[in-house]
Amino acid sequence: MRIHVTVNGAERDLEVAPNTTLLDFLRDDLRLTGSKECCDLGECGACTVLVDGRSVNSCLMLAVEADASEVTTIEGLAKDGRLNPLQDAFLAKGAVQCGFCIPGQVMAGQYLLQRNPHPTLAEVREGLSGNLCRCGGYVQICEAVLAASEVGR
Amino acid sequence: MSIGTSERRSGGHARVTGSQKFVADIGLEQMLHVRLVHLNCGHARIVSIDTAQALAVPGVVSVLTAAELPQPMPRYGPVFNDRPVLAVGETKYHGQPVAAVAAESKEVAEAAAELVRVQHEELPGVFTVAAALDPASPLVQEPELRPNDPLNHTNVLSERRFGWGDVESARADLVVENVYTFPMITHFAIEPHAFIAAAEDDGVAVWTPTQNPFQMQRILATVLGLPVAKVRVHALDPGGAFGGKQHPKYEPLVALLALRTGRPVRLVLTLEETFQEVRRTSCEIRARTGFNRDGTISFQDIQSDFLMGAYADIAERVIDKSNYLGCGPYRVPNSRTVVRALFSHTTPSTAFRGFGTPQVSWAHESQMDDAARKLGIDRVEIRLRNLAGKGEAFLPGDTPADGDWAVSVRKAADAIGWGTALSPGRGRGLAVAVKAGATTGASYSIVRLHWDGSATVLAGTSDMGQGARTVLAQVAAHELGIPHEWITIVMGDTATVPFDLQTSASRSTVFMGQAVMRACQDIKAQLKQMAAELHAPDAPVVELLRARFSAVRGEVIGVGSYRGEYQPEHPLGGAPSFYEFTCTASEVEVDEGTGEMLLVRHVTVADVGKALNPQHVEMQDEGAAVMGLGHTLMEHILLDDSGRIRNLGALDYRIPTTKDLPLEMHSLLVENADGPGPYGSKGAGEGGLMATAPAVASAVTEATGVVIRDLPLTPERVWLAINEKDA
Ligand code: FES
Ligand code: FES
Repeated sequence: MRIHVTVNGAERDLEVAPNTTLLDFLRDDLRLTGSKECCDLGECGACTVLVDGRSVNSCLMLAVEADASEVTTIEGLAKDGRLNPLQDAFLAKGAVQCGFCIPGQVMAGQYLLQRNPHPTLAEVREGLSGNLCRCGGYVQICEAVLAASEVGR
Repeated sequence: MSIGTSERRSGGHARVTGSQKFVADIGLEQMLHVRLVHLNCGHARIVSIDTAQALAVPGVVSVLTAAELPQPMPRYGPVFNDRPVLAVGETKYHGQPVAAVAAESKEVAEAAAELVRVQHEELPGVFTVAAALDPASPLVQEPELRPNDPLNHTNVLSERRFGWGDVESARADLVVENVYTFPMITHFAIEPHAFIAAAEDDGVAVWTPTQNPFQMQRILATVLGLPVAKVRVHALDPGGAFGGKQHPKYEPLVALLALRTGRPVRLVLTLEETFQEVRRTSCEIRARTGFNRDGTISFQDIQSDFLMGAYADIAERVIDKSNYLGCGPYRVPNSRTVVRALFSHTTPSTAFRGFGTPQVSWAHESQMDDAARKLGIDRVEIRLRNLAGKGEAFLPGDTPADGDWAVSVRKAADAIGWGTALSPGRGRGLAVAVKAGATTGASYSIVRLHWDGSATVLAGTSDMGQGARTVLAQVAAHELGIPHEWITIVMGDTATVPFDLQTSASRSTVFMGQAVMRACQDIKAQLKQMAAELHAPDAPVVELLRARFSAVRGEVIGVGSYRGEYQPEHPLGGAPSFYEFTCTASEVEVDEGTGEMLLVRHVTVADVGKALNPQHVEMQDEGAAVMGLGHTLMEHILLDDSGRIRNLGALDYRIPTTKDLPLEMHSLLVENADGPGPYGSKGAGEGGLMATAPAVASAVTEATGVVIRDLPLTPERVWLAINEKDA
């Protein structure tokens, strides 16, 4: 099937198999490998992207379901090589260890701040509870989201 | 300058923008995709394998079974060559691959793998310590694989004894005797294992997230019959490893497939397959500890049985390290520790952060608490009375205690509010643990100081999240007197970087740190010489370089190495270069109606000698603590009667999330510059999980009055224990 999507601002018109997940479409067809695959079950959040501004586990969504949508992946956050405030906060707060979960964490954090620009710590913990980090950097990840929300104040 | 400051992570930018390449992100021209075929049971005899249907699928290029591999089947492992490339004759654990399909796309490979028909007969298996020790049980390993071993007709790989004094005649006022169990848990790195191989000229190149590129190179060279120089290992930064990516897994298989098909091949495991491939050794520990009335230890008598799985992997080293420090960081006049590594029809266990220490500390620390309660001594006090003092030879004849460990204990006790009033339903616990740091082996580094004053550092360390790149750059920046930003660290390509034993045992800061430092010192000596020749003794480095190289070009190359010598008579093959000491304190609130637990506050104290980058050390230590909460509260692999993993995958095997975090978490450091690494540093990063379980369990006991000796402390287990007590 042919789909038309806008990914990180660029329009894409591509043929996809009906059973291709959005994650495979991004990683294999568009070579945007920033979104990661781990559980493939919607349990880890490593594949989190924004579809029309809503956070989704791209391993659970079919590419055809994203037809006519606007998709933002981790590759779409920095503008002209400049990190956005949340990405910068992740580095400043020491929230990044191995980095494999980080694209998903950043996207989940981005979505959270979009809906709730000034969350409490409890709200951040709730909002990021679907994103696993085995390096265990949760304290710093939550601090980074809070710090980025301060930047927006 | 750079040392002791929290520089941002080198490689951090790529990690927050999605441009960091992990193995699964790499695609090569003409690359084939591999899918493994396995059986849905633990132990089974393979009757026949029919690949015809799979081979007939358009797009399938090769289907490999044991029959197509060189005979006898190549076997490999870090210590024993016992793991076959594919199952031969039988499968020994749930998920062991019996065939591999290589195809033009991953969808085709997946579909064709379903069509490989494996006729098999399920056999009774060994899944528990009791079964492994039962002489009536089947043998997991073929005796021919260790022909000269008197234990080859048992499921015992090895039994090790260690100790001193005389446990039998030691007198004690109180003897506590208990059995502790530690569950099977899996590493659950968020990056599932992935491997790529490609034939290259007259050799092979392999891309793998290994922690140990040079061991990989050696083993691949042996399996393939190639000179070491013809095997190129690209060790990409792992997306979390924790020991799970230390030793070869399916690299030999993909290399053989690449050579056979003449095409690059990639195998990306599912998370489920990764679970089936690596885990921590589970164990049962019987501890009998004698105490004097004042709480001092009279003797320690420990018998541990580690269930290591179907292949030896690094289990013998795990049990040795666990056993050698089986008495913990204490002064123990009489000790006898005996440990066995047992084969079973389960996933082969491997290295896992803490390497045997969390298991044994679960026992020795819970014993301490038992004695404290029975003797009416405060639980912190009893530890202080037994803790080895700095410089004390707590392990007769070995490296003495290299830190003032009581300081860490007091710090943790203060931070948790030890001795202050508790709200109802709450309790506190505190526990310590010590691990022998890296012992032997070499690390080399080459540092290239370029004509403009910037530098490239070659180091064979793997940066798997601990931030080795950042810290090594800080060492080089400090030594060369140049900004951190002027340094590039090159890692992980065996064709480029010099040998390093491995990234494990918290050794990199000490061993590679010293190697980098020495390479920089080598450069400084050359610069001094250069300054003398140019009659400019006080010229800044950059001016010297320009003066020397502006016309002729060139650079200054420094070489450094650091090694721990092999000592054949030492139980660990060499003295620990440092000890990783940790103290954890926790306050919990238990809901007696449900058994659920709220962690109110959790404190870890790490004695790190010197924190070269405090933020990196803290994130490592807290990360380890969060991981420790996993095996303490929720993680355990469950097997059914066929040895199948029942909770296979992220849905049923739970690890901590933000919702499991303690309300407050603190990581505190003790820095006395008393380590062997650069600027007095010691290894760090494992400690945070080594004493989690006994600290939390002790808090649960204070809150509820029940003592639990089996992990994890799930709500059901806690609730049941409370109800049994009340009944
Ligand atoms: S890979 Fe999509 S949620 Fe885990
Ligand atoms: S940074 Fe490694 S899994 Fe989160």
